[in-house]
Amino acid sequence: MYQTGIDQALVQKLVQATKNAIMQAQIYLPPDVKWAISHALERETSPVAKGELKNILDNVSRAEELGLPICQDTGVPVIYITLPPEVPYCQALFDAIREGVRIATKEVPLRPNVVDPISRENTNDNTGVGMPFIHVRPDSQLTITVLPKGAGAENMSRIAMLLPSEKAAIPKFVTETMLIAGGRPCPPVILGVGIGGTFDQVASLAKEALLLPVDTMDPFEQDLCDTVNKLGIGPMGLGGDTTALAVKVKHAFCHTASLPVAVNVQCWASRRATVVVPL
Amino acid sequence: MNVTDLRTPLGEEVLSLRAGDRVTLSGLVYTARDEAHLMMEERGIPFDPKGAVIYHCGPIIIDEKVVAAGPTTSARMNNLSGFLLDQGVRALIGKGGMGETVNGQLRGRGVYLAFTGGCAALAASSMKCKGICYEELGMAEAVWILEFDRVPLVVGIDSEGNDLFRTVNRKAKLQFESLFT
Repeated sequence: MYQTGIDQALVQKLVQATKNAIMQAQIYLPPDVKWAISHALERETSPVAKGELKNILDNVSRAEELGLPICQDTGVPVIYITLPPEVPYCQALFDAIREGVRIATKEVPLRPNVVDPISRENTNDNTGVGMPFIHVRPDSQLTITVLPKGAGAENMSRIAMLLPSEKAAIPKFVTETMLIAGGRPCPPVILGVGIGGTFDQVASLAKEALLLPVDTMDPFEQDLCDTVNKLGIGPMGLGGDTTALAVKVKHAFCHTASLPVAVNVQCWASRRATVVVPL
Repeated sequence: MNVTDLRTPLGEEVLSLRAGDRVTLSGLVYTARDEAHLMMEERGIPFDPKGAVIYHCGPIIIDEKVVAAGPTTSARMNNLSGFLLDQGVRALIGKGGMGETVNGQLRGRGVYLAFTGGCAALAASSMKCKGICYEELGMAEAVWILEFDRVPLVVGIDSEGNDLFRTVNRKAKLQFESLFT
């Protein structure tokens, strides 16, 4: 039988799960990110940079204790959902998530950040045309993942359509992105790098890379991270050994005549949370 | 490393601070973003500017309680800060540093202090709201009077023109060139 929607009980569960995921992401920094900051503090040699990293860890603890957002730029909600075979892909899912964002805006509370791109009129509820952007893929469970994305770091992101012969230019493009950004994206950053796919796909890959845990890196990622850290920009652009906490890479196959590369810059407040919705 | 404890209103003690020094700041501080600067230039500074400290910040304050109050990007105020320093303001606080114009205006007079970006909860728990001026500008743009309690800051630009951000950017550029040529 062809299903056209989901029942009201599931709609309500998804609304609550969206709100809960946003609240968790805004107040509690993921353990792997906290570990990466603490680990950087242990290795950092610049006294100024150590002070900045201590302030960040102090801020993270106080946000948890006080139940306050980690940063006043609570970002825009980027959403990833997985659908099991028994949940149909339908408009009701999207409507439920938008409602969850509206409730979270009042209850966390979130700063109303979402505006019309030209008139700059603010909807005051963090939703609007095409916002939140919801990515869907199949899996065995119904889950919702939120990635609140602040503007300071997002604005420093870049994309390049390299030539297939320019494989060696990838580290240069990644490092140059951080050089241009300097202290503006609130370093230490996490760089999400997409390689391959098409123009639009590579940007999505770069953002999805920011969902990966940052307490491990493969040799290619580690090498990129070490190169970026040689710039010495340091926390908040005040100098130091810690410019990037991690570089994470996602690949897709691409056209034989293309080599798309994208770098999505994420500030130290790498907020993300996943909630499983029971059926 | 020594940390210098400062209290507002500030005096000549700021002249001996050097870029890279760590300080804590206590006492009254005034928030101001773009709109507040324009308003103060046109209609006057609503507090005694002698030894005062300006904080580049658009806080979330609900029922006179500071919910979040991290720093905003100071570079937007690059061409708006001269009149404040001319009238005796001794320090500007924000993130990301400021341009050459402000660097010149600080010479022999004051300092730029950097507060860690994104640290909204740390700010909220070490600042109290003591009042508001130019409330008509709205929550983010109004001039809020905040009482700081040992807020940790770094001297980004000192009164001799030493600029930590500029030094770091120059080194990064040289390093990039040596890595990729």
